[in-house]
Amino acid sequence: MSDEVNIEVNGVPMKARKGQMVIHVTDANDVYVPRFCYHEKLPIAANCRMCLVEVEKAPKPMPACATPVAEGMKVFTKSPKAIAAQRAVMEFLLINHPLDCPICDQGGECELQDLAMGFGRDISRYSERKRVVKDKNLGPLVSTDMTRCIHCTRCVRFTQDVQGFQELGTVGRGEMTEIGTFIEKSVDHELSANIIDLCPVGALNNKPYRYRARAWEMTQHPLISPHDAVGTNIYAHVLRGRVMRIVPRANEDVNETWIADRDRFSYQGIYSEDRLLKPSIRENGVLQETDWETALQKVAEKLGRIAKQHGGGQIGAIASPNSTLEELFLLSRIARGLGSANLDHRLRRSDFRDDASDPLFPSLGVSIKELETANSVLVVGSNIRKEVPLLAHRIRKAALKGGRVSFINAKRYDYLFPVAGYLASNGMGSLDHLVAVAAAAINASGKTAPASIASLVGQAQPNDTHKAIAQQLSEGERRLILLGAIAQRDPAFADLRLVASALAEVTGATLGYLPEGGNAVGAHLVGFLPGRSVGGQTVASPGLNVADMFAAKLKAYIVFGAIEPKLDIGAESVSAALDGAEFVVALSPYSTAAQFADVVLPIGTFAETAGTYVNLEGRWQSVPGAASPVGESRPGWKVLRVLANLLDLPGFEYTAADQITADIRNALDEAGAFTAKAATRTLQAKAAGAPVVRDVPIYQVDAMVRRSSALQNTREGREERGVGA
Amino acid sequence: MSGTQDPGSNDGGKSAPELDEIDTGNVAHDAPHGRKSILSEHARHEIDHWLTKFPPDRRRSAVIAALRAVQHDIGGYLTKESMDAVAEYIGLPPIQVYEVATFYSMFETKPVGRHSISVCTNISCMLCGGEEMLSHVEKRLGIKVGESTPDGRFFLKREEECLAACNNAPMMMVDHVYFENLTPEKIDEILDRHK
Repeated sequence: MSDEVNIEVNGVPMKARKGQMVIHVTDANDVYVPRFCYHEKLPIAANCRMCLVEVEKAPKPMPACATPVAEGMKVFTKSPKAIAAQRAVMEFLLINHPLDCPICDQGGECELQDLAMGFGRDISRYSERKRVVKDKNLGPLVSTDMTRCIHCTRCVRFTQDVQGFQELGTVGRGEMTEIGTFIEKSVDHELSANIIDLCPVGALNNKPYRYRARAWEMTQHPLISPHDAVGTNIYAHVLRGRVMRIVPRANEDVNETWIADRDRFSYQGIYSEDRLLKPSIRENGVLQETDWETALQKVAEKLGRIAKQHGGGQIGAIASPNSTLEELFLLSRIARGLGSANLDHRLRRSDFRDDASDPLFPSLGVSIKELETANSVLVVGSNIRKEVPLLAHRIRKAALKGGRVSFINAKRYDYLFPVAGYLASNGMGSLDHLVAVAAAAINASGKTAPASIASLVGQAQPNDTHKAIAQQLSEGERRLILLGAIAQRDPAFADLRLVASALAEVTGATLGYLPEGGNAVGAHLVGFLPGRSVGGQTVASPGLNVADMFAAKLKAYIVFGAIEPKLDIGAESVSAALDGAEFVVALSPYSTAAQFADVVLPIGTFAETAGTYVNLEGRWQSVPGAASPVGESRPGWKVLRVLANLLDLPGFEYTAADQITADIRNALDEAGAFTAKAATRTLQAKAAGAPVVRDVPIYQVDAMVRRSSALQNTREGREERGVGA
Repeated sequence: MSGTQDPGSNDGGKSAPELDEIDTGNVAHDAPHGRKSILSEHARHEIDHWLTKFPPDRRRSAVIAALRAVQHDIGGYLTKESMDAVAEYIGLPPIQVYEVATFYSMFETKPVGRHSISVCTNISCMLCGGEEMLSHVEKRLGIKVGESTPDGRFFLKREEECLAACNNAPMMMVDHVYFENLTPEKIDEILDRHK
């Protein structure tokens, strides 16, 4: 039997699928139906009644969002009866709505305002007192003006169905109904601020943005959020060169219509008080502000001299994995031009034993969209909700659809979805658990153990959970083993990966990574690595990785991006090495760079520079700059270009960022197909010593996030800093 | 119910009590771990009874019955702690319990006297002297509707709608018990019986 239903909307025949609601069909065919409570990403509530339409033979107008299509149905969205019903609903909604649009932040971008234009009466017939609702304190991210609320319950449904833990509810009854938490409580989920965008009126708004600008004064600029490898699409709303707020930019393939709170409020870090405004040079131990020319001359002269006297090998370059592709490419070329192969962006990594088995770039293994149809996911070493909130959301969807999701972590983190198996430490390290799962998979399949782990697997004693996870990984079409950031920071990461890839080999699952930083993938592609150049080509004489670079106490370091060594770099020797170096140049937006650098060059943050980010699917996303650079700071790629010119390095005649992007694409084409050239390694015994867990809290992940006062004042942010409530 | 199943059962075969303490908020517990529930044995028994009447994935359905039992048990009104205990016991986010408790007029979420009196003043009772009965109660207790006596003994509830005992009007309800064919003397006698 066919799944298809024929209906007619305003006299136009349309095809629909059985079970669809009328509003699905009208939306798909660009027939306008007004609505407040309906949202395509949320379950249907049908409580605003704004979408009432006339349906032939139905005695009353029907809500389009909750009326299933039926064969032969005739719908009228603009008939006198439908319009009368919509206008009547509008009148009811406006009864208790305050007339404070002139001071409301939602003014100008308000769904209620828009629909009142179309469906409201010219004058109000309501002369009684309007009700007043006390505002709730939902924390530092979301401001409330609850008198404006029309009870569409989008926010309630968001906390219940998207977050997975209901924080807001409909309290009270009838005219006394209020949306709130009932008790004094903040909304704490890492995606919670999406209720700002969902709210069709001005009841829930962006707290830091309150009274800062009007929607129509600002210009809108596309950007990519640099804090995780998802490549979340955002818009910056800019007033006179300054970012006033960040809102989501819908992209079904990446972030749908959501962004994490981290993506939304990190922009406060752009205007942190400790932004560097001018270049400065250390003279007699004291940093003195100077002009760009002098500062860059000094850098070129110093680096050139050290390269000449001591060889390029005495220069180390580290870059933040949140830098743009263009910045990473130019810096790698400068370093190589100076004769150095000491390049690294994996700041918190500590195990580099099998860099050679790295893939071309750390990829998720599937597309982000495909993740939500995964049948089985095993996450190893990741607090995934905090590391990559939007991927956790996709995995949650997979779990709710019946996919089985398991974890191997050193400690238990909470996940708001059904978890098939959770292996926390209990005296066993993650590696032991992984070996036991691999052993269970080998036993169950009857295959011989891969040579790399054969000796370990023999001793393993898998328990029921190990067996269940092994089975889970062997069944279904889309199966994934994901290595998270905690795994990648593990001192035995190479071993973890070896066992994980053996497990993937035995079960046929895909091995994926959750790389740290917004552009770690890009950094791999352009070869910002000690052992590889553009496109993963092996370099003749590999340089030092980030840990060795500091252990070796080089003569000079180039530190690129908002890196705060003590917080961002895993290596212990970093402070001593930077202090002892003959010359350190830091290109950073923040004045903390002055603590360790001899020359400080102020560069723009992600919002102040054009650039490309490659996300963990390998998706290239280029954006122009959005905001005017603060002070005299300049986009990183421009600074690097001039520096290269001063160093007399060839091929740096760029005048626009997209010329660099084009060069990178050419270089990747020339590099040709990538093949890993790893020597096979076998694991005899696991490394001794207690497992070290290197967890980085969600709002400590990079310098910019650490400077967002809104995020730092959330419950999570305060707990991370050990500040009481 | 946004059902999340208990992830606390698989721990590599070894027990880790400190890990089980982590509370995701909506994890269903048959009995809360570690801490002693503030629900009385009677209340828990009552909730368990109601839980058997609904499918296992519809535990939320038992929340009205649970709140009724708990309110009765702890002296006539629901505290935040008691609602949280119900949420934890049934396995719901606390807000879902608050929603129900604030929606139904039979639940009190603010401190009130331990005996709840509702005097009907709907049409049948009104015609038969319900208003006079109400003023008698008010005078006798020295409080107005919606108030509690200072000694915490009585709460004169704002009556919502007809209590469906029109044939024996006027009537009132004290602690869910109907008293019909009221006279001022009868009211005095009834109130005296409730200590």
